[in-house]
Amino acid sequence: MLDIEIDGKQLQVSDGITVMEAANQVGAYVPHFCYHKKLSIAANCRMCLVQVEKAPKPLPACATPVTNGMKVWTHSEQAVKAQKGVMEFLLINHPLDCPICDQGGECQLQDLSVGYGGAQSRYQEEKRVVSNKDLGPLVSTDMTRCINCTRCVRFTTEIAGLMELGQAFRGEHAEIMPFVEKTVDTELSGNIIDLCPVGALTSKPFRFAARAWEMSRRKSVSPHDSLGSNLVVQVKHDTVKRVLPLENEEINECWLSDKDRFSYEALNGEERLTRPMVKQGNSWIETEWSVALEYVANGLKSIVAEHGADSIGALASPHATSEELYLTQSLIRGLGSGNVDFRLRQTDFSLDQSLTGAPWLGMSVADIGTLDRVLIVGSFFRKDHPLIAQRVRQAVKKGMKVSAINPAFDDWQLPIANKLVVSPDQMSRRLLGILKALSDQKGVEVSPVFGEAMADAVIDDGVLAVAGSLASGRRVAVWLGNFAIQHGNASDIHLLAQEISRVSGARFGVLGEAANSVGGYLAGAVPFGKLNGKNASEMLSTALKAYLLLNVEPELDCANGFAAVETIAKADMVAVFSAFKSKAALDYADVLLPISPFTETAGTFVNCEGRAQSFYPVVKSLGDSRPGWKVIRVLGEMLGLAGFALDSIEEVRRASFGGQSSVDESKLNNTVSREGAFVSSAAARGLQRVADIPIYFCDPLVRRSASLQATKDASEPVVRMNRRSLTQYGVEAGTRVRVSTGKGQAVVLAVEDEGVADGCVRLAGGHLLTAHLGTLNGEVSVERL
Amino acid sequence: MTVQGIILSPDLDGDRTWRIGDYVKRGGYDALKKIIADKIPADQIIGEVKKSALRGRGGAGFPTGLKWSFMPRAFPGAKYLACNSDEGEPGTFKDRDILRYNPHTVIEGMIIAGYAMGCERGYNYIHGEIFEVYERFEEALQEARDAGLLGKNILGSDFSFELYAHHGYGAYICGEETALLESIEGKKGQPRFKPPFPASFGLYGKPTTINNTETFASIPFIIREGGDAFLALGKPNNGGTKLFSVSGHVNKPGNFEIPLGTPFSTLLEMAGGVRGGRKLKAVIPGGSSAPVLPGSVMMDCTMDYDSISKAGSMLGSGAVIVMDESTCMVKALERLSYFYFEESCGQCTPCREGTGWLYRVVHRIENGLGRPDDLDLLNSVTTNIMGRTICALGDAASMPVQSFVKHFGEEFAFHIEHKKCLVPKDVQHEGSKIYVA
Amino acid sequence: MLSPESLKKIDREIAKYPPDQKQSASMSALRIAQEERGWLANETIEFVAEYLGMPAIAVYEVASFYNMYDLAPVGAKKIVVCTNLPCALSGGVHAAEYIKKKLGIDFNETTADGLFTLKEGECMGACGDAPVLLVNNHQMCSWMTEEKIDQLLADLKK
Repeated sequence: MLDIEIDGKQLQVSDGITVMEAANQVGAYVPHFCYHKKLSIAANCRMCLVQVEKAPKPLPACATPVTNGMKVWTHSEQAVKAQKGVMEFLLINHPLDCPICDQGGECQLQDLSVGYGGAQSRYQEEKRVVSNKDLGPLVSTDMTRCINCTRCVRFTTEIAGLMELGQAFRGEHAEIMPFVEKTVDTELSGNIIDLCPVGALTSKPFRFAARAWEMSRRKSVSPHDSLGSNLVVQVKHDTVKRVLPLENEEINECWLSDKDRFSYEALNGEERLTRPMVKQGNSWIETEWSVALEYVANGLKSIVAEHGADSIGALASPHATSEELYLTQSLIRGLGSGNVDFRLRQTDFSLDQSLTGAPWLGMSVADIGTLDRVLIVGSFFRKDHPLIAQRVRQAVKKGMKVSAINPAFDDWQLPIANKLVVSPDQMSRRLLGILKALSDQKGVEVSPVFGEAMADAVIDDGVLAVAGSLASGRRVAVWLGNFAIQHGNASDIHLLAQEISRVSGARFGVLGEAANSVGGYLAGAVPFGKLNGKNASEMLSTALKAYLLLNVEPELDCANGFAAVETIAKADMVAVFSAFKSKAALDYADVLLPISPFTETAGTFVNCEGRAQSFYPVVKSLGDSRPGWKVIRVLGEMLGLAGFALDSIEEVRRASFGGQSSVDESKLNNTVSREGAFVSSAAARGLQRVADIPIYFCDPLVRRSASLQATKDASEPVVRMNRRSLTQYGVEAGTRVRVSTGKGQAVVLAVEDEGVADGCVRLAGGHLLTAHLGTLNGEVSVERL
Repeated sequence: MTVQGIILSPDLDGDRTWRIGDYVKRGGYDALKKIIADKIPADQIIGEVKKSALRGRGGAGFPTGLKWSFMPRAFPGAKYLACNSDEGEPGTFKDRDILRYNPHTVIEGMIIAGYAMGCERGYNYIHGEIFEVYERFEEALQEARDAGLLGKNILGSDFSFELYAHHGYGAYICGEETALLESIEGKKGQPRFKPPFPASFGLYGKPTTINNTETFASIPFIIREGGDAFLALGKPNNGGTKLFSVSGHVNKPGNFEIPLGTPFSTLLEMAGGVRGGRKLKAVIPGGSSAPVLPGSVMMDCTMDYDSISKAGSMLGSGAVIVMDESTCMVKALERLSYFYFEESCGQCTPCREGTGWLYRVVHRIENGLGRPDDLDLLNSVTTNIMGRTICALGDAASMPVQSFVKHFGEEFAFHIEHKKCLVPKDVQHEGSKIYVA
Repeated sequence: MLSPESLKKIDREIAKYPPDQKQSASMSALRIAQEERGWLANETIEFVAEYLGMPAIAVYEVASFYNMYDLAPVGAKKIVVCTNLPCALSGGVHAAEYIKKKLGIDFNETTADGLFTLKEGECMGACGDAPVLLVNNHQMCSWMTEEKIDQLLADLKK
């Protein structure tokens, strides 16, 4: 510890910190622009110059390390003179167009110029004009306002992992730009808007929509990925105008993914369902809530009476709230059925009965940074978990070694020490190989369950490298990604990864597909536990008589979208609880119940680390839409079911997951078991489809955000194959090809992609273009047109 | 050549005696051979350099021996050496001649430095505009490699050292040592803030020492003849000979290697005196960034770090720009200010914004559009730049402005008041005509 | 994109640096590319970036920072005259004026036949040789009197 003095205040600080950090500790504000706690030090704006005893000139607080006995004055005459001098330089070429600038009212330059700027400019020459850049559909530019602090450049390089912006030219002509006609395509791009201390980078969807001071700021939680980023939702006239990060060091830090930030555009879109609707004959009529609910209640009652309780079922979205999920399963079970599931893209449910808790990350998100080894099994990691990937990216800089096994890789923008690119059917064999090698290296016996299967183990250099990496780690984790969970033999992969974790002494975790992938289990929205029933796959393979669809768009959200719609359409009654009126639903549904999206309802998401984050409505429900939990509760009462006399959201919460923000760890458990010896599944014969669910196809909100849909990540699916596969199947990259399964076909562009394993085609799901192909993963054929 | 001395000795014959054979004949590589043969400890070499009172020849004049002793001894991993031959300070052209006429003395100096500091690899960063010199240096390096003087196990010892040339491509700022490191790393040459200093975080983040070409070129003599012998060539605290590049209004511009402490008047004489018999008006004694001094002040100075500093300027790189009475000081400053404006790297605010502002104000004064308070404005803007930038370019851009206004304020005031120059146009024209000695 | 000879030259440059520091060769790679192609088109910069495994914008930063790289086409012979103060005192500006008159172009212009481009340069570190000019970033010409300029232009036209 060092003793220093700042503005007359004595304090003890740890060695190695900067004057800026020390000043923050005593609450002394040092004006700054380029400094940002999460970015490398640039020291280029010079606004943070402070006086330091014995230093002949003012020193930048952001870049000056503290030394023992140091005396610092942040607001002395020397310091303020230097700060004012810098402010004058910053303003001479700044357009001072605050009245027409979106940053107005929340601009660091504007704020600081009040304290440090002159009333009049001494600069009488013509000001610099800098041409604007097209950074894509999310970030708008007014580059003349740029003060070259390079925060955005450092962000893309250091946090997003790829330098997409740079400072080109030099001197007065220096300007921030992407490479010529490139855009900023990182899924974290919106953060540069927050980072920009001036109005050079502003939100394109929000452009000229409201002034900062006209909006109220309300807390919420992101309904998208399993991280549960904390949000500040900004509201004007009961309309969501903008979404910003709510800083939470333990979760999203100060960042948001673009999905978290821009999906709000869907909230007021044309497809919002605002009135209950009932189909009569072939036409839809708007109706009152009471009528619509009565229709559903009567329908359920008569179907149960006629066909038995087992003929009804509910499919819920993993993006639904814990309250909605709890009440949905309560309703189904109250009617005597166990047919409820939220794991819509999963196909292998064979481990369900052995689950003793909700699968989760196995550790806290904040602890990711302390790991030194991680094995990621079956994941399109960067796009599926943008901010968890960001944490891993930072951890890698501190020495973490990442190993990954997946049938296809795009650039994770972080160094992967050991990358195993293997087809889906070969994943188990490699995992067996890792297990074997690990066991040899660590001298730990593998469970005899795997004894026979070890004959199938594939051991190659890659496998040995992964095993070596895991064996040499001190804080190791093994994570299952979404692809692993959605894999046709997900149970094999789960069992193997679990055993690898045990042998290597790693923490074992599941990354989780959606905002409430953990919450869904806790709420009991699964067909086991209390009253067993059919899982999602079973409910969609043989038609039930009645379906309740909670925020589900089966054609896009289910493992086999096409079959799902076909099956559902055969039911006597399909009640859709949704915020949106999708075209497909108009065909297969009988009643549409407008429930509120996350901004209009109270709810809870339990994130991957088991943290229950509750939130409240930030705006009024649009039109006649109502919070899902209230709708289902009323329906339960109408059906005369027990346990629905819940008056407040808190009561629902208590029933759903205990109501505590930190879920009881005994309810979280990834451990599974299977009776008998492990037998590896047969190798595939033909081409195997590898389906990722692209970041902006994965849930009903993002699919309806116009700006997100205009990004490169939302471009139409293409079929990706490596050069060998292209040659083998006589397909030419750049041409359209027909991809077929026994069920259907899709015509898509073929693209050469060396990140795809041999014998595989990567073709995205979650898109209508590929919905007809049937299951996400399975054999396909590809032919030239 | 009109030079004499230890680096550019008179027996150097233009383009013909730079090769390794000629260098060896002149006693070249003897120092290195002695070190290897006698297994002279690193400390002793650094001690000898300290004793010589050699001060960095690039401009800052920092004691070389002391700089070398900053390099961490027991650092695990690579350490680097860099030679700064990015000579682009207006008025300076000595390193070009050293590299052209005596490249092996730089190579030998760097090998010895590498030995003394335990560096495994060095780079000589050569100004892009003298590309032919870069090519020659690469040839000289190959000669040294072929002779077993570079590479693995030099002269059969267990000392290994690799040396390469890296060229600039048109950026004055790369003469700043951390910008130079950035440039070797393949980035734009934007200086780093210090601390950390290169001795702890240099090239590729590893401990690095950077010296000027002439500094390295002085090393073989110091080791061969001893630090005392070098010191004796100059004066206390100002050891050795120094190359002075004399340009501007003299009859014989060129490089002159003279003992430090030589009177300016002697140097001026060696350069053939003021051209055309005109009167000496002003001298920039240490490269364009050094404050200008009136001719009369200079005539009382000796050419060493201390004397010039006392007179209010800097010996800098030893670039002496001589201006006679035909010079318009406003126009001269305008050109220098344009240079700094053009060469500012754009990284930090005061320099990026301030150099353009300075240039524009001087430009308008020169063009008859000056305003009464412009001189105050210039002083104020320079004050706001100086000491507030990441590197010394801010100061370098400010010092000419301040000193020109200070010493030749009347000429500036005349410009502002009369919208024209104190020095008649035809006199200026005559004084700036093409002159070749 | 670039000839095998150029790539060989670039590889030789890459070898000067530690194996994990390929990007150190960006300056020479751009120089070599420019020598072959005459100037640095965006595609050329992108190619160099890919060759060195660097983000394109990082290479663009370099290409736009150092002023001997040409980001727009120039004449077959690029002449850069130093007009900085020491040179100006010995006729640098006059030499430039003379070339302008001879070629009928101003700074940053190219003759109609595409043969010459004239640029104003900053200090080349050869002030003792004033007037100095640099041809095609390579050949430095010293003590350029009007006669020598005439001779040079005549030679360059050949």
